[in-house]
Amino acid sequence: MNKYKANIKITLREGILDVQGKTVEHALHSIGFESMSAVRIGKFVTLYIQAESESTAMNQIENACKQIIANPIIEDYSIEITKAE
Amino acid sequence: MKFGIVVFPGSNCDHDAYHAASVNAGFGAQYLWHKDTLIPDDIDCIILPGGFSYGDYLRCGAVAQFSPLMKEVKKFAENGKFVVGICNGFQILTETGMLPGALLKNENLNFICKDTNLKVISNDSAFTSAYKKGDVINIPIAHGEGNYYADADTLKMLEDENLIVFKYSSHDGIIEKQYNPNGSVNNIAGIISKKGNVLGMMPHPERYSDKQLGCNDGVNIFKSIARSLS
Repeated sequence: MNKYKANIKITLREGILDVQGKTVEHALHSIGFESMSAVRIGKFVTLYIQAESESTAMNQIENACKQIIANPIIEDYSIEITKAE
Repeated sequence: MKFGIVVFPGSNCDHDAYHAASVNAGFGAQYLWHKDTLIPDDIDCIILPGGFSYGDYLRCGAVAQFSPLMKEVKKFAENGKFVVGICNGFQILTETGMLPGALLKNENLNFICKDTNLKVISNDSAFTSAYKKGDVINIPIAHGEGNYYADADTLKMLEDENLIVFKYSSHDGIIEKQYNPNGSVNNIAGIISKKGNVLGMMPHPERYSDKQLGCNDGVNIFKSIARSLS
């Protein structure tokens, strides 16, 4: 068994209005950062997993994302895995 | 007729739902702890009440959907029995996939707690038959994530199959953006499942079921359910 660390990024799907992002964008513009646009706000989840291989770990985390960590109706997610010491 | 009201850690409208179902509507009611693994045989309708189950951690309703009793609630609905999700209960129903779509943050980012006018879009349902189609009822909302979202195909299906039961409107029934408190697509406030036995709505009918509180427009939802059982 190996131990892996996963970093999971979750954002609202493209095309869904991110009202938090919009609000932060307005705030950025109001303090002089007019060149910034398309602000999107998401969640960041880290976890450790014991698995035989990186691909097994990836499969399990994919399943966890689909079932609970993200809501695929409104959210996209990306997973990065590294081997943990 | 007996209602079973599921209590999750963080539910805070369970007692209001109990009061509305029993004292106001005049039916039996019983609390069901979310860790129970059995729904008693005499329960005719499950209510998933409002509140902040599991602190709304991760997403509203995301954790509650895996409470042991929810497995039974799904089977209960698959067998055609009635399930009502109010506010956080609606969020739980969308997270489980028992109702389509999802609830996003309110468009203005505020937690909104106020009375809203709802137009009864369809009274051809087990939950709304005691209203007349086109009635405008006064029901309060209290949520931060009540902005109903569904993709274009799902929306079309909801409209075509007459599954939208309530929309936010003016007091005289005009459905326009300015009467939409939270940004919900097409002003949707409540929907039912394809089979017609699951209702999800963000407004709180249990909070306006007692005349002493100034309005009892919500009690007819409880009465409609009993009527469809008789």
